[in-house]
Amino acid sequence: MKATVLVRLKGEVLDVQGDAVRRALGKLGFDGVTDVRVGKIVEIEIDEVHARAPDLKERLQKMADEMLANPVIEDYEVRL
Amino acid sequence: MRALSCYRFSPVKACVVVFPGSNADAEMIHTLRDVCGAPTEVVWHTETALPAGVDLVALPGGFSYGDYLRCGAIAKVSPIVPAIRAHAARGGWVLGVCNGFQILTEVGLLPGALTLNVNRRFECGDWFVKVTAEGPFTPRVGDVWRLPIAHGEGRYQADEATLRRLEGEGLIGLRYCTSAGAIDEAANPNGSLHAIAGIYGGSRKNVFGLMPHPERMSEEILGCADGRKLFEAVLSRAA
Repeated sequence: MKATVLVRLKGEVLDVQGDAVRRALGKLGFDGVTDVRVGKIVEIEIDEVHARAPDLKERLQKMADEMLANPVIEDYEVRL
Repeated sequence: MRALSCYRFSPVKACVVVFPGSNADAEMIHTLRDVCGAPTEVVWHTETALPAGVDLVALPGGFSYGDYLRCGAIAKVSPIVPAIRAHAARGGWVLGVCNGFQILTEVGLLPGALTLNVNRRFECGDWFVKVTAEGPFTPRVGDVWRLPIAHGEGRYQADEATLRRLEGEGLIGLRYCTSAGAIDEAANPNGSLHAIAGIYGGSRKNVFGLMPHPERMSEEILGCADGRKLFEAVLSRAA
């Protein structure tokens, strides 16, 4: 099965990359874009045995806490 | 005569940890070994122990693991990292420069994180920093050093509570400043909060991370030797 982890900069962290994308969209003539935030999607394939394990979600959260996201500046969301 | 000769037979042992993608290891080794005279070993990231009796562990700049995921994120699971943690826990000196600083924050030996420069540019050039807290790597408060920077992700960020603690406990060793030593946003190359260029961690300020490259400005022939003050300070205290 495939699990998806969405990693986003925390709301209070200035997203300079998103800001550059917002400006670029404006230059292309897309009006009305007031804010852009750029994040990451991490897709994780899990084998059948581990996909059935009752602690799957906790393991994915641990992966996010320990590696996929930096909790100092990022939030994450695990989707199964 | 060069002042560095007094360290020619330094009893202090140093090592430089090299990761795949490190690119400032050669100048770190040169500065420690040839300029400061400290016996310096090179440690590859797959090793699990530091050289016996090492006093100072230096993590050089570069782009370890291509900055994949986040700067320093993959390096933190390198086999050598538990030994670096144990060295720091024993009170041993640990220095992280640029990517080395980013790795130390990812490992959790220093608080906060380094993020994209506020102006979105890779900044490369000489800037000024001021010693704003006394410590083993920054001996004299008020000193202004000219040091080169070369990074795209050097904007220091931490939450308010962490910034208050860093201020309150005197852990902000270096701040960006003007040539005259004034802390001014125009003199801050990357938008770091509180103009932070370098911070201390560890139980006795034995861990230090900074974005500028003192090892690239430690000899008069390079135009300025301000960076050597950092190395001389810690090498004279270690051992």
